[in-house]
Amino acid sequence: MSERAVTIPRGFPGLAPRPRVRTIAKHAVLILVAGVVAYPFYFMVTSSFKDILEATRTPPTIFPSELHPENYTDAWSRAPWGRYFVNTIFVSVSVTILELATACLAAYAFARMRFRGKNLLFTIFLATLMIPGEATLIPRYVLMSPSRVACAGLPCLGWFDSYQVQIVPFIASAFSIFLMRQFFLSIPSELSDAARMDGAGHLRFLWSIVLPLSVPALITAGLITFLGSWNAFQWPLIVTSKPDFRPVQVGLSAFRQEAGSSYHLLMAASTFVVAPIVLLFLVAQRYLVQGIARTGIRG
Amino acid sequence: MAAEVIPANVRASSRRRLPVEAIQAWLFLLPAVLILGVFQIFPAIAAFYMSLFKWDVVQGAFRGVGNYTDWLYDNSIRSPDFWRSLSTTFTYVIFTVPLEIAVALVIAYLLFQKMRGRGIYRTVYYLPYVTSFVAAAAVFFWVFHPQYGLINDLLGVVGIGPQRWLDEPDGIFELAASAFGVILPSWLAGPSLALVVISLVTIWHYLGYQIVIFLAGLSNISQEYYEAARLDGANERQIFTRITLPLLSPTTFFVFTVASIGVLRSFDSVYVLTNGFGGPLDTTRTVTLLVFKTAFQQAQFGLGAALAFILTLIILLFTLIQFRVLGPRVNFGE
Repeated sequence: MSERAVTIPRGFPGLAPRPRVRTIAKHAVLILVAGVVAYPFYFMVTSSFKDILEATRTPPTIFPSELHPENYTDAWSRAPWGRYFVNTIFVSVSVTILELATACLAAYAFARMRFRGKNLLFTIFLATLMIPGEATLIPRYVLMSPSRVACAGLPCLGWFDSYQVQIVPFIASAFSIFLMRQFFLSIPSELSDAARMDGAGHLRFLWSIVLPLSVPALITAGLITFLGSWNAFQWPLIVTSKPDFRPVQVGLSAFRQEAGSSYHLLMAASTFVVAPIVLLFLVAQRYLVQGIARTGIRG
Repeated sequence: MAAEVIPANVRASSRRRLPVEAIQAWLFLLPAVLILGVFQIFPAIAAFYMSLFKWDVVQGAFRGVGNYTDWLYDNSIRSPDFWRSLSTTFTYVIFTVPLEIAVALVIAYLLFQKMRGRGIYRTVYYLPYVTSFVAAAAVFFWVFHPQYGLINDLLGVVGIGPQRWLDEPDGIFELAASAFGVILPSWLAGPSLALVVISLVTIWHYLGYQIVIFLAGLSNISQEYYEAARLDGANERQIFTRITLPLLSPTTFFVFTVASIGVLRSFDSVYVLTNGFGGPLDTTRTVTLLVFKTAFQQAQFGLGAALAFILTLIILLFTLIQFRVLGPRVNFGE
């Protein structure tokens, strides 16, 4: 449909296309789709400031007739949001830092060091990218079970309702290793030779020369990991049962049932769950978009 | 590490240095090997092992391929569930991926041309991708609410009666035909309206991601082709269909497989939009939801693992086709 809109000057062979009409038509299509895409966010934020009567009015009012910022404190006090946020922030930050650490070490070994079995190991690492999470979900769950009975024959860690159950399985990813390796390979080897001449070992070379040069790649890999961790839902849903360890996404899911018809409160809660990651994206979107364009990850 | 100072003749020394470097390399790799081994590779093998047993929380008798045959044809409850969920999953793919690709392609094509506000548009399209399905579901529940939802208001303006959306088990074509008094046979009913809503929310979520991939693909097409076509007097539409589309086809194929795999694997979208039940009347219960129900609601780990393994094979098939056509490329992860 939009294609036709773009080709308005078709009927005038020989005439140059009328750029103004075309430009307006293009913007019309782009604005229409942007409006559809952005509307849920607009609806969420405006509804979060309405009172309950106005929030359920049809058709919805475009702007709250009266601002009710107390919806936010009200929603905040109805569930242990502080705890949920502490949990999510702690888990996401830990996963991101630890994952970057393991990725940099492994990527450096693959990019800069010689050892036997390198190609085989790298192939195995890449192959793990092909294993979908669903395939490993049940054994991973059993692995975390508390009692020996539950996992007869398999080892078990007893990590239900903890932070480590949400952190440790995710602190290595073949994807980040691959991304960092590609970046490390692009660093000229003359640099490493020069460092060697100065007597620097691998660890020091990695820390003081390679990593400072790799900040863009680190930010990209870190953002993708952080985003996945912040929005994680299925895994924490099945391995946590207490608010003490539950992340915001599972908390919000529980709050949806709890809030019931208090729709304005649910919208306030959704807004403060979405806001931090959206703000982070607005600040750092360049890196995230670059990383996705380069590697095609789809979380 | 003074021992590593390189002597003048690097080549001669490399043999002597190698064991030290190899030990160090394996130390560097150890954390990643351990984590990937314990939480990726071992569970993948264990999943297959578990699928061969009766395993109701506790390990039971060896069943061989019994769990698989139960799903495929041997069990009067399980196999209808399986085939239905498989058909639901593929319907979900068919009603999501082509539309998602078409919209993303058109938007990317428009955005690729020099114009004002490109950055702003791209940011807006991208926002849903960073938003969790849980939060999105809370909003879309209301937008598609049978009583209070905006969508029903909008449809009312063009004279279409209110729909039940996420509560509607009837097929979309069935509903459309019945509005004209036509009764369709059940195989023509189409996906339930609830599944259509889930597809639309999925497209909303991934649109910006696909646009970014298409933009990257478009920037790989050499400008010379466009210039040559313009010199030959090609119009805008001819340039799009004869130059852009064919040269973009590797990207389109890549997007197609990645998006299909993404939908085959999707869990959060269906789970949160149906409150975990795959309703109404099971019309949105995908294979991933059936795995979840079997393993974590019915505590049938062996059966669940077998079902997950079947799904994994289907996903691997898509991956292998993609590798064959495009060559290996890192394309998805968690």
